Amino acid sequence: MGWAGRNRERDVATEFVLNGKTTTFDGDPDTPLLWVLRDHIGLTGTKYGCGVAQCGACTVHLDGKNRRSCVTPVGIVSGQSVTTIEGVAGNTAEAVKAAWVNIDVPQCGFCQSGQVMSAIGLLTIEPHPSDDAIDAAMAGNICRCATYVRIKQAIKDAAGVAGGRA
Amino acid sequence: MNAMLPTRRQVLAGGGLLIGLMLPGRGAMGKVAATAPFRPNAFVRVGTDNLVTVIAKHIEFGQGPATGVATVIADELDADWGQIRVEFAPANDPLYKNNMFGTMGTGGSSAMKESWMQMRNAGASARAMLVEAAARRWGVPAGAISVSKGVVSAGARQATFGELAADAATLPMPEKPVLKTPDKFTLIGKPGHKIDSRMKTDGSAIFTMDVQRPGMVHSAIRRPPAFGGTPGKVVDAGARAIPGVIDVQPIATGVVVYAKDTWSAQRGVAALEVDWDLSKAETRSSEQMFASYAETARTPGRQAELSGDPAAALSGATRKIDATYYFPFLAHAPMETMDCVIEKNADGGVDAYMGAQFQVGDMRAICAVAGVPFEKSNLKQQYAGGSFGRRATPTMADSVEAASAAKAFGFKAPIKHVASREADITGGHYRPLTVHRVQAGLDAAGDIAAWDQVIVAQSFVAGTPMEQMGLRNGIDAALVEGAAHGDYGFAHHRVGQHIVPNGVPTLWWRSVGHTHTAFVKETLVDELLTMGGKDLVEGRLALLKEERAKGVLRRVAAMSSFGAAPAKGRAKGIAVHKSFDSYVAQVAEISVGADGLPKVHKVWCAVDCGLAINPDVVRAQMEGGIGFGLGHALYAEISLGEGGKVQQSNFDTYRSLRIGEMPEVDVAIIDSAEPPTGVGEPGVPPIAPAVANAWRKLTGKTVRRLPFAHGDNA
Repeated sequence: MGWAGRNRERDVATEFVLNGKTTTFDGDPDTPLLWVLRDHIGLTGTKYGCGVAQCGACTVHLDGKNRRSCVTPVGIVSGQSVTTIEGVAGNTAEAVKAAWVNIDVPQCGFCQSGQVMSAIGLLTIEPHPSDDAIDAAMAGNICRCATYVRIKQAIKDAAGVAGGRA
Repeated sequence: MNAMLPTRRQVLAGGGLLIGLMLPGRGAMGKVAATAPFRPNAFVRVGTDNLVTVIAKHIEFGQGPATGVATVIADELDADWGQIRVEFAPANDPLYKNNMFGTMGTGGSSAMKESWMQMRNAGASARAMLVEAAARRWGVPAGAISVSKGVVSAGARQATFGELAADAATLPMPEKPVLKTPDKFTLIGKPGHKIDSRMKTDGSAIFTMDVQRPGMVHSAIRRPPAFGGTPGKVVDAGARAIPGVIDVQPIATGVVVYAKDTWSAQRGVAALEVDWDLSKAETRSSEQMFASYAETARTPGRQAELSGDPAAALSGATRKIDATYYFPFLAHAPMETMDCVIEKNADGGVDAYMGAQFQVGDMRAICAVAGVPFEKSNLKQQYAGGSFGRRATPTMADSVEAASAAKAFGFKAPIKHVASREADITGGHYRPLTVHRVQAGLDAAGDIAAWDQVIVAQSFVAGTPMEQMGLRNGIDAALVEGAAHGDYGFAHHRVGQHIVPNGVPTLWWRSVGHTHTAFVKETLVDELLTMGGKDLVEGRLALLKEERAKGVLRRVAAMSSFGAAPAKGRAKGIAVHKSFDSYVAQVAEISVGADGLPKVHKVWCAVDCGLAINPDVVRAQMEGGIGFGLGHALYAEISLGEGGKVQQSNFDTYRSLRIGEMPEVDVAIIDSAEPPTGVGEPGVPPIAPAVANAWRKLTGKTVRRLPFAHGDNA
C-alpha cells in the first residue's frame, strides 16, 4: 500500500464485506476487484489469468454468486458481500475442497482457486448437476494443464457428499 | 527438450552420483530447513520435530516431480508420508544439477529419470545413518533394527526419526547404502496423494505472482509490434498521468511502466506512445513463412537419417503420396504468465523470487544484468503456474527482462515484473512454425517401400549458450526427433533437415519436435496402410522396431476394442509414439461436432514409462497431455499478419480447450521393472494424429495443416 493513496477528487472510499468482515478501499473505484484483493489487501488466492473474463482464474462470489473479479470495478461491489477462496465456507465448500484433494485434481494449481469457486457456486444453485450442466457452468474456467477429467469427477463426488445442503 | 540432452553414454559416464551429494559444509545450506540437525546429504533434512524435509531440485509446475522425488526418498527412508515436507533447492549446480543437463534444470521429461538412483541413494543413506544411531543407542546390531513408517524399532524399543536426528548427525555417511529390492517398496509404484494438492485447492499455495515484499513496486512492459523491434522515442505523458504510475523507463525489449499496483502498470502500458525501430524486426507474415518453408522443403536438406535407397525405391513404387504439412507457431500460455520479483539483498547481491526452470542459468543471467555476484544472490524458487516449456529459454530472456526492469528502476524497491496475458500471447518464445514434406510409396504388395521426409524450421538453440547441447553435426534434435531414427523401420528411409533463419523467438513446447513429427509419421502411416489394404494395428506392429512400442499399441487396441465397428456417426483413430524414452499409444473415438470440427468423445491411452513411481501422477499426466495436445490440435494457432504482427492476444483469440471439449480418458499403465522415464510430455504427441486418423475415416478428409480449425481443413 506504500504507493496507494487518494489520487483523484472523484475517489470515494468503497466499503464492502470481504469474507465476512467490513473492508474499505480508498483508491480509484474503477480498480478491478481482482487487483484490490491481490495487490492492496494481499489476498492472493484469487488469480490473474487473462484480465478479460476469459479464463475464470479470478472467480469470487459476489453475494454468493460466481463473479469474475478481473472485470468487476471495486466500486460496484459497494455494500455487497465478496467471498474469496480464502474465506469460502460451508458444507458445499468443504465438500468441493475435500473432493478436489481426494482425487488430486490440481497439477500446476494456478487456475484451481477459480475452478473451486466456480464449482461451489454451481453446486450451491444446482446440487446435482448433469454432465452437460457441469460443462456449461465450468466453461468459463480454463485449465491449461487440462485437469478437466478430474474437475468433473470431483464436482460429482462433492455433489454426492454435500447432498444439496448449502 | 531432447535437444539439450547428452547421450546415454555420457550420462552413464557421469556416474558416481553420490559424490554430488556431499555437502561442502553446513553454512552453504543454512537457508534450507535451517533448524534440522540431521542433514545427511543435499536432499534430506530430519528435524527434532520429526519432520522430514525433502529438497526438490526440480521446479514444480504441475508434472509432479516434487511428489516424485519425495516419494522415492520417503520410500528408501521408510518414512511416513505424513511427515514429509518439500522445499525447493537453491541455485547450486554442484549440489543440484540435473544429471542429464549438467546444470540445474527441469525439462525433457527428465526429472524422475535423471534423479531416480540419486534420490534412492539419498533416502537409503539417511535411513542407514538413523539405523546406526539407534543401534549404538540401544547396543544392538544394525541388522536387528527395522524401520517402518518413520519409526525405528528393535524388539520393544522404538524411536522416531526426530528422536534419533541429533545422534545420526554425528555419524559418517555410508559409502554405499543398501537399496531396497522393489518388492520392499511401500510408496513407489503405489497410488499416493500429491504433496501439494491441498494448498493448490484452498488458495494457500504461493506462486511468484503472489509474492509480496515490503515497498514492492509493480512493473509491466510494452513490447514492440514486431519481433526484433526496439523502442525509439517514447511519449509517456499519458502513462504518467495515470494515478498510481510511478515511472516509465525503456529497456532493450520494450518500455516498462512502474506503478503501485498491477492494474495501474497495465493501464500505463496501454497509454504509452512509442516510436519503434523496426529496421531489424521480423516482418514476414506466417503465410509468407509457410510459402518460403514449403519451397525450401523441395530440396533435400542436411541428412539426419539415411537407410537403403529411398530415391530408387520411390521411383519403383506403384502408388505414391507427396504430402506437405503445415504446423503453426504455438504459445505455451501457462496460466501464470511470466513473472519475477527482484530485490537487492543485504549481502550485496539480489534475491529473485520466481519459478526458474533453469535455476542457475536464470540466476546467473539476473546477476549479470544487476552487476552483482552470483554467490551473494539467492534464488527463492516458487511454485509455477504451468510452463509447458515456456519458463526454459536458452537465452534466459525473461530473467534478463525482469532484471533489466529492476535495474532501470535503480533497484530502489523490490520490483514485481508481470507479463500481462496480452504480453504473454504476443511475446514470442513459441513452438516454431514448421513445414514437412514427405514423399512415400507403396510396392506392389502394398507395403511401404520408401519414405523420404524433409523438415524445415528454425533452431532456437543455434547461437545460444545451449547450441552445443542441441546441435550435432548441423542437425537440431528438436527438429527431427521422432522422425529420424524413429519408431518404424522403413527399409528405404531418409530424413533431411533445413534450419532456416527466422526472427521470431521460439522454444521447447511440451514434447517439442514430437508435436509435429508424430503427427506426420502417424497420419501418413495410417494413410499408407489404408492405401495398401493393411490392418492399422498389424501393419504398425510389423514396422515397429521396439517391443515396448508394440506393447502399448497392442494394449490400447485391446482396451478400446479398436477392431470392432464403432457406433453410427463415430470413428476411432489410433496412433503410437515414443518420446523421451516413454512409449504411448492412444485411440480416439470421435464424431463430427456441431462446429464442424472433431468432437472427441473418448480417448484410450496405454503408457509404458518403466516403473511408475506414482501411477496416479502418470495417469494425470496422460490426461493432461491428451487435453493439452487436443486443444492445440483442434483450435490453437499463433499467426503473424502483415508486418509480422501477432494476430492473437488473449484466450478470446488464442483458443484453449475447455471442459466440455475434454474427452473421457481411460489410461492403462504397462507393468514394468524398467527404470522410470518421464510422463510430462509423452502423452501429448499421439493425440493429434489419433484424432486426424479418425477424422479421415469418418469424413474422408486428410488433415495436413494444423489446427483443425484452420480454414484449409473446413
